[in-house]
Amino acid sequence: MDSVAHRLSAVGAGAALELRGVTRLFGALAALTDVTITVRPGERRAVLGSNGAGKTTLFNCITGDFPPTSGTIRFFGEDITRFPPYERIRRGLRRTYQISALFPGLTVQDNVYLACRGVSRGRFSFLRPGQNDALMHAADNLVQAVHLSAVKDQRVAELAHGQQRQLEIALALAGAPRFVLFDEPAAGLSPAERLELIEILTSLPSHIGYIIIEHDMDVALRVVESVTMMHNGRIFKEGVPQEIQSDPEVQELYLGGGHE
Amino acid sequence: MSVTHDARVQLRAATTAQGQAARIWPEINHPAAWIVAVILVIMPLIANGFFLIEIFATTMILGTIALSLMFLAGYGGMVSLMQLTIAGFCAYMVAVFGVSANTNISLGWPWWLAVPMALALATLFGTLGGTLAVRTEGIYTIMITLAIGAAFYYFTNQNWAIFGGHTGINTVATPHFWGVNWRSDIPFYYIVLGTAALCYFAVAYISRAPFGLALQGVRDNPRRMAALGFNVNAHRIAAYAVASFIAGLAGVLQVWNYRQISPGSVSVGACIDILIIAVVGGITRPIGPYIGALIFVLLRTFALDFLVKIGLDGNRFRLIIGLGFLAIVFWSSDGVIGLWQRWRQGKRPTTTRPGGGHGHG
Repeated sequence: MDSVAHRLSAVGAGAALELRGVTRLFGALAALTDVTITVRPGERRAVLGSNGAGKTTLFNCITGDFPPTSGTIRFFGEDITRFPPYERIRRGLRRTYQISALFPGLTVQDNVYLACRGVSRGRFSFLRPGQNDALMHAADNLVQAVHLSAVKDQRVAELAHGQQRQLEIALALAGAPRFVLFDEPAAGLSPAERLELIEILTSLPSHIGYIIIEHDMDVALRVVESVTMMHNGRIFKEGVPQEIQSDPEVQELYLGGGHE
Repeated sequence: MSVTHDARVQLRAATTAQGQAARIWPEINHPAAWIVAVILVIMPLIANGFFLIEIFATTMILGTIALSLMFLAGYGGMVSLMQLTIAGFCAYMVAVFGVSANTNISLGWPWWLAVPMALALATLFGTLGGTLAVRTEGIYTIMITLAIGAAFYYFTNQNWAIFGGHTGINTVATPHFWGVNWRSDIPFYYIVLGTAALCYFAVAYISRAPFGLALQGVRDNPRRMAALGFNVNAHRIAAYAVASFIAGLAGVLQVWNYRQISPGSVSVGACIDILIIAVVGGITRPIGPYIGALIFVLLRTFALDFLVKIGLDGNRFRLIIGLGFLAIVFWSSDGVIGLWQRWRQGKRPTTTRPGGGHGHG
């Protein structure tokens, strides 16, 4: 998985994530057009934009859920444009989904255990994990980190919405993430749960960078240091939060429509 | 009832506290399971040869084939209609490599060489079929596997060089060693019971092992599994390999049971019978297929007499099976075990959930 060449190329390149001219077509519709973004390791960035701006498509291209039609994507220097999703994940990329994508038939613990197993060896193991299984402990710790210990033996189908959102985050933090894509993690959360989410995001180790799609400016601007504004599948503006917030064009486009 | 219930809850709490110790082995913690196990072991003392072989051994053979479907459908979300075909293929291979009356076809290998060879080929056959099937989802998986089953049926009908055409391969030799004829009723019953138990516990065990858990993850949300680092198609194909091996084991027992194999045993109708058995029994737990097989075999054996007795055509036994199938699918999406579970649920306080859900052994 971590070949020498891969490590060397990672040392050589400065960027955690580098997109060059990424375009994604759905038939005649261009969901993304010529998107070029560079994100440093450890950088935390928000992607803002109205519905249909191409934010989630951007995530899908980066994780390989839908590969880009053209352009290249580099992850810590390595060209991952044509990699299947699981190869990208094994290299330290993670994502969450806007609509929780969990395993409703399994327990919370099993969900997190699967996430830990997915990025380590023994995915095909026929042996049950024993009492001192390292991944089982890792799963326990993660469950605790997202405050779900009390419900860890419950099936996910029975969890409340907020708990499912927390589990969604836990799945993305399994193993050794180097960069995480959060797709509207605060969607449908109560104000108290939003504070908890902010706490989880800000307490992530500083080497873990992320991109967050978030409509709630209060959440987004408290957890990022840079902002990319998208419009109609293109990059519209990039800058620090204060700049973007006070930019008249941005306000007209995004904040203007009676939002906040 | 409530006493055992409370005890179980405490046990569960205790094991959780000491860190998942109970997960390592399949748990037989229900007294009914022990009673069934004991009855099955002492069955030769109670039952005559007819019941032993025609009812119980046949049930366990069909149940094991249906178990391989349950493994794919219940844990993997893949409905494969070719499980009987794989069992039939394995049965043919035992006859082809082993000893039979068709000396122009059979190679005459001893059973201990012919059986591993047949199992290996059947596993390969099922894995290749699975490799085709995993490229599709839902109804298309059903269509592809059904097409494989139908193609194999017509192929066996027409191929005389290897499969013996529509008459098949007859008088297939069964194992004799240590001075025992292993096809005589009682030893054969124990061979079938041992194999069925092995497959049952293997499936129950794997369901809680990383491979089985990941398979259930693939069933629930394949896209997310890929986003967790799993190669979803590789996992599905591996599941087909496991299921094919299980179906192959049942196929070996089937050819030893009837001592012959012919296209009639691998017909499309027989493929669908396996689906009916699995669905009637319930595909969320490994015990379901065996319950379904018992119901199927009892109906097939006795419905005929019953129908004749009340003045109807005995060949209508399939009508009863069909009506039963409709009724069960209508009232319980989870087969007989679903009905049973709900009935127990109704008798208990509502604090517990249905036994931990999928894959509880």
